[in-house]
Amino acid sequence: MSTAPMSTARTTTARTGTAAGQAARTTGSRWTASGMLLPFGAFYVVFLLGPLVYTAVAGFFNGSLVKGGLGDWVGLKNYAEAFGAPEFWSSLGNTLWFTVLTTVPLIVLALALALMTDRFSRGKWFFRLAFFAPFMLPSSVISLLFMWIYADEIGLAQATVKLLGGQAPPSWLGDPNWAMISIAAATVWWTVGFNFVIYLAALQEIPREVHEAAAMDGAGPWQRLRLVVVPMLGRATTLVAVLQLVASLKVFDQIYMMTNGGPEDSTRPSLLYVYQTGFTDSRTGYASTVSLLLFVIILLISLVWFALIRRTEKEA
Amino acid sequence: MATLTSAASGTPEAASGGTGAGKAGRGAAARRTDSERLFNRVTLGVLIALALLWLVPLAWAFATSVRPPGELATNPTSWVADNPTLANYREVLSAGRIPYWYVNSFITAALTTLLSVFTASLAAFALSRLRFRYRRPVFLAILAGVMIPPQLLMIPHFLTLQATGMLNTYWAVILPQVPNVVAVFVFKQFFDGIPVELTDAARADGASWLRIYWQIVMPLSRPAISAVTIFVFVWTWNNFLWPLLAVTDPQMMTLPVGLTSVQDAFGLPQAQLMASAVLGALPLLTVFLFFQRRIVEGIAGTGLK
Repeated sequence: MSTAPMSTARTTTARTGTAAGQAARTTGSRWTASGMLLPFGAFYVVFLLGPLVYTAVAGFFNGSLVKGGLGDWVGLKNYAEAFGAPEFWSSLGNTLWFTVLTTVPLIVLALALALMTDRFSRGKWFFRLAFFAPFMLPSSVISLLFMWIYADEIGLAQATVKLLGGQAPPSWLGDPNWAMISIAAATVWWTVGFNFVIYLAALQEIPREVHEAAAMDGAGPWQRLRLVVVPMLGRATTLVAVLQLVASLKVFDQIYMMTNGGPEDSTRPSLLYVYQTGFTDSRTGYASTVSLLLFVIILLISLVWFALIRRTEKEA
Repeated sequence: MATLTSAASGTPEAASGGTGAGKAGRGAAARRTDSERLFNRVTLGVLIALALLWLVPLAWAFATSVRPPGELATNPTSWVADNPTLANYREVLSAGRIPYWYVNSFITAALTTLLSVFTASLAAFALSRLRFRYRRPVFLAILAGVMIPPQLLMIPHFLTLQATGMLNTYWAVILPQVPNVVAVFVFKQFFDGIPVELTDAARADGASWLRIYWQIVMPLSRPAISAVTIFVFVWTWNNFLWPLLAVTDPQMMTLPVGLTSVQDAFGLPQAQLMASAVLGALPLLTVFLFFQRRIVEGIAGTGLK
């Protein structure tokens, strides 16, 4: 908002200045601008844009790590193979299953925790510490912790179920029906703090008076929550949902370490499929095809994020 | 934002309406306090229970890490160590490579952060202050980069660094992580808020744009610099997939990648694995304790403002 009038003011001042001075200023600016954009631009082209283009192109070739280079042109053969490969579809299915298992609790739980924490003025630091601290940890630490907790016979999770009267707790990471759920639970523990912090900040933006006014009008705590507070969190929810979806679709680390896609490929996500075809089977061409397909899916969701950022940028 | 803005503009009326209703309905307010107090108490109970539950995995790892191997074998799921010991830590630190991984992670994360902050802020300065043709398209093209997930670029990154012979060096870990679109965005937002009069005055005095960037704008941008520094550092420190591919020499690994080899190659006993996990958690937990407020504000501000 504030930049628009300012920049108009600046152009007017520039126009009233002498023509020569203005010309000197713009030509000077152009070279300075290029120079200042160059360092970032070089990294951007070499490590983001270039590789993306390469991936798109390499998907039409049969390149391999062994032979090196792009390989030979194979047209749409890689695409045909991907669409016909059960592994491609099952890994995509696993990715979506993980996304469902994590995104819903990560939004609902984060919102619930933030709403509860927001009611108390003291002790916020403790809740922030408890819920957010895990988010700071590397994925390998998370994996080590939960492989120990989920261990058969000697793990805390099975012991707790037995303590509560359960007869035969499943092998959390060894049972194909449970492995993904177990990994999702660990992921929720790990990352809920990020969304929690975003919601907490959004809640603090809601003016005190809004709460008071609603209370004065006779709204109970539950009604206030449902009719006043939650609707005001729309923007935060969109942001959280988009970031969460993108992150879930790219899941790799904790699965690579905890199960490496097993048992029976029941936890192999798409990115692990790319990793395995690209680096275990050395088929970089085919792996590029799968990468690009995954990119298209993520792109559709990221477009919403891009729109959000653009809008923020215009409003600022 | 639409909802937040409309709510903010609606505030004055809502507030004044509220005071009017307040005078009339004081009796109703008194009746409500009891249920409100109960509601608060239940909420607090649930919240504390959940917070304690959230602390379990880390506490459990620590409890395991101080138990001697014999004790762990007889009773694996006990919270108490009869004879607590730091022997597992000593063992892991002396026999393992964790000290190397600390150093490697610190060097790569620090250099990546330095390069990211420098390149992103310089680009953001040009986009915020200089007037040149295609400024808007260039900015949008950079912003569109948020939609490119770096994880999907592992194959071309690997091929590039293999071709230049840089695999297994710090540069292999650092270079692909340098371009940070969100950092450009955060810096530009911040620079846009610095009054133009300030930079125009310096310009009129004959200062070059580079000097204005370095001596006026950057010193004023400490909050943005620290926010970007913290989040790029943490993100790079924790990054896993790319360093896993870039480095195979155990001596050159970063901490997160090295910790997976503890599990695979050394087959360490559980107590030592948990000691490694705690050591792996320690650096960023410390960072978090020191910069809690900054980190939290950084996250909230990056996405929302």
